[in-house]
Amino acid sequence: MTKPTPDIIAHRGAAPDRQAATGRAIPAPAQPAAASPRVPADRPVRAKALVNEPMTGASALVRSLEALDVDVVFGIPGGAILPAYDPLFDSAVRHILVRHEQGAGHAASGYAHATGRVGVCMATSGPGATNLVTPIADAYMDSIGIVAITGQVSRSAIGTDAFQEADIAGITVPITKHNYLVQTGEELPRILAEAFHLASSGRPGPVLVDIPKDVLQGQTSFSWPPTLDLPGYRPTLHPHGKQIREAARMMVGARRPVLYVGGGVLRAGAAQALRTLAELTGIPVVTTLMARGAFPDSHRQHLGMPGMHGTVPAVYSLQRADLIVALGARFDDRVTGHLPSFAPNAAVVHADIDPAEIGKNRTADVPIVGDARFVIDELIAAVTAEHTAGRQADLEEWWRTLDELSGRYPLGWEEPTDGTLAPQHVIKRIGEIAGPDTVYVAGVGQHQMWASQFISYENPATWINSGGLGTMGFAVPAAMGAKVGRPDSTVWAIDGDGCFQMTNQELATCALENIPLKVAVINNGNLGMVRQWQTLFYNERYSNTDLGTHKHRVPDFVKLAEALGCIGLRCESKDDVDKTIEAAMAIDDAPVVVDFVVGKDAMVWPMVAAGTSNDEIMFARGVRPAFDEDDL
Amino acid sequence: MSDKHTLSVLVENKPGVLARVAQLFSRRGFNIDSLAVGETEHPEVSRITIVVNADSSPLEQVTKQLNKLVNVLKIVELEPATSVHRELLLVKVRADRPTRTQILETVNLFRARVVDVAPDTLTIEATGTADKLDALLRDLEPYGIKEMVQSGLVAIGRGSRSISGPALRAAA
Repeated sequence: MTKPTPDIIAHRGAAPDRQAATGRAIPAPAQPAAASPRVPADRPVRAKALVNEPMTGASALVRSLEALDVDVVFGIPGGAILPAYDPLFDSAVRHILVRHEQGAGHAASGYAHATGRVGVCMATSGPGATNLVTPIADAYMDSIGIVAITGQVSRSAIGTDAFQEADIAGITVPITKHNYLVQTGEELPRILAEAFHLASSGRPGPVLVDIPKDVLQGQTSFSWPPTLDLPGYRPTLHPHGKQIREAARMMVGARRPVLYVGGGVLRAGAAQALRTLAELTGIPVVTTLMARGAFPDSHRQHLGMPGMHGTVPAVYSLQRADLIVALGARFDDRVTGHLPSFAPNAAVVHADIDPAEIGKNRTADVPIVGDARFVIDELIAAVTAEHTAGRQADLEEWWRTLDELSGRYPLGWEEPTDGTLAPQHVIKRIGEIAGPDTVYVAGVGQHQMWASQFISYENPATWINSGGLGTMGFAVPAAMGAKVGRPDSTVWAIDGDGCFQMTNQELATCALENIPLKVAVINNGNLGMVRQWQTLFYNERYSNTDLGTHKHRVPDFVKLAEALGCIGLRCESKDDVDKTIEAAMAIDDAPVVVDFVVGKDAMVWPMVAAGTSNDEIMFARGVRPAFDEDDL
Repeated sequence: MSDKHTLSVLVENKPGVLARVAQLFSRRGFNIDSLAVGETEHPEVSRITIVVNADSSPLEQVTKQLNKLVNVLKIVELEPATSVHRELLLVKVRADRPTRTQILETVNLFRARVVDVAPDTLTIEATGTADKLDALLRDLEPYGIKEMVQSGLVAIGRGSRSISGPALRAAA
C-alpha cells in the first residue's frame, strides 16, 4: 500500500519566498482568508486518495500522521495510548522515546520553532497527559504550533475516575488554541487534519487530540483526504488597505518612529520583508525576546531588545517615540514596564494576526489585523507610494540622539574582581565561536537574558527560548527537538544549573537516539535570577537560592553527563573558555555537556525593575542613564 | 461604565462548547447574570444568550477572546432599544379561597397564566422583561411565594434582519 500523502495542510505549504536566510522553511502561510475551510483543490495530491479502507482506529491515527507528512513524534507509551504504538512500530514516522512527557512537549516546540513545521508529541492518559500541561501552556504563550496526542481511558470508563484517567481536554481548554476528545474512529482523520491546520495557521498554537483507548482499538474505515469542518475559524490574513495607507502616512510623517518587532514576524516568515521595510523607511528597529533573529543584530538600524533587560537605546527609543509601529508584538508587561507611563507621547500602529491582541494592553491608533508578511509587504508598497509623492520622514535628529545613546550605553559587563569566570564572557564566546548559523536554545533566567544580549543573531529561527511562560527546564528538550528538526545545524543549549536539573534526563534520549546537541551549563551554583532579585530587592537575604552545585558539587555535571551517555567537559577559568568551546565544537557524534563554573554575583543589566516605568531603567547597579538632559 | 450587556453568541452545537464560553467569562472575573442556550433554526447551530455586568472595554476584550474560540461562529451585542428581551417565570403562590380571586386578578393584569391549580396554591407562568416580572413578583409576594424558577433571558433583534443567516452562509 502506498503511503497516502496528499499535501493538504498548511503546515507543509512553505512557498519558496518563505525561506529564511538559512535556507530553512519558516512557519507556513495559513489558508487565504477567503478560502473555504475545505481542502484546497489546487494542492498537488501526491498519492491516491483512500476511501473507506477498513482498519483500526490506531492505524487510522498513524495513517493520518503519515498523510500529514509528520516525520517525527516525541513521546512515551502507556496503557491508554498503547494501541497506537503497535502500528507506529511499522510506520515511517520516527518516534523518539523521551524520558519524561514534559521533554516530549518541549521537544515538539523546539522542533516547531526551528523548522516552522508542526511539532508532534504523544503521551498516555492521566499522568502522561498532565505532564504535557507545562509544555502546552508554554507553546500557547509563545504561539508555537504543536499537536499533542494523548490516550484516554475507554469511552465507557470516562468520568468514572478510572485508572489513569484525567480530563485532559477540560484541563487544557485555557492553554490550547483548540482541543478535541475524539468520539469515533471515523472522525479521527478529520480531527487530526483540523488539528494540524489550526496549529499552523493564523496565530499558531498548541492543539490537543485526546483519543479513548476503545476508539484506537475499534474497527473503523479510513478515508483520506478528509473535509475540514471549521466554520467558526477564519483568520484574517490580509490587512485592510485603508489602515495600511494610514500607517504609511504616519510613518513618513513621524519624527521619532520605532519599529517594535515581535515573534509574529518570525512566525509569518517575514524577516526579509521586515529588512526591506526598515531600510526603505530608515526607521530604527527593536526586536523583542521572541523576535531575536528577525532583524540582523549587526544591522546599523537595530537598537537591540526592548524591555526589562533591554538595551538603553531600545528602551529609550520606545519611551520617547512619537510613533510605534508594532508588528506581531503584544505589548507584554516585560516590554512596557509600568503600562501607564509607557511611551507616553507615541501614536501606535498595531499590526497582529490576532485581533484580540490589538488594544489589549495599549490602545492602538491604527489597528491592523493581518499576517505580518502581508502587512509588511503592503506597508512597503504604501510607504513607497508616499515617497513617490515626495513625502519622506526626516530622521536625522532622531538618529543622532539614538546613535549617541548606543555609543554611551553599549551592552557590557564588569569583569569580576574575585577571580571568578564571567558568565557573560562564556556566552559571548560561544556565540562568536559557533557563529550566526548555529541554533541557540535557552532556559529561563540570567543565562537566558545574557544569551539574548551577548550572542549576535543574524538569521531567523536561530534563537529559541521560553518567553511568555518562562519555563525553567525548556532548553535541553527544546534543543533536542531543534536538533532533530535541523540535524545539519549546530545546536547549543545555553542552560543554567537550576534549569538543567529540571530536564537533563532527556540527554539520555539524545545519547541513544543520536541527537548530538551541545549544552553549556552556565553554572553559578544558584538560582541566579532569583538571587539577583534578592540582592536588589530583599536586602541580600539569599533564601533558598543556593543549589549547592558549587559548594558541594552536587551533582557533578561532568559525571552526570557521562552517566547519561554524553561527553562531559568542565571549564573554570577564562583562559580555558575558548579551547573548551572548541573542544565541544569538534565533537559531532555525541551530545556534549560543558560545565562552565562561573561567578555567582554577576547580574543582568540593564534592568527595569518589575512594575516600574521604563524611564527608571538602570544601566548598571546605581547607574541611571542621563535621559533627562536630552532635549527630546 | 459598568453596565448590563446582552450578548448573543452563535456556536456550533457540539459537546463542551458552553464550558469553553463560560470559562472565558470566569477567567476575567465576570459574573454571568443570566444564561440561556438553545437550538436555532439550524439544528447544527446553538444560540447562547449571555447577560453580563461589565465595563465595556474589558467586555470588548472578552468578546474578542470569544471570537477566537474555534466553535464560536458569531457574536452580536443586542441593545435594549433595538431588540426584544424576554424571560420566563414560573411561580407557585399560596392561594386559599379568600385570596384566590385577587391573585387571578393580578395574573390577568400582567397577562400571565395559571398553569397548575392545587387546593392551596396556584402556579403561574409569566413572560416579559425583567422589570415586568419583578413587578409581578412584588404583587404576588404578600400572598406567599412557595417556589419560583426563572429562565435565562433570551433576546432577538427587531426588524427583518437575522443574525444567524449570514453567519451560517459563511459557515456553509
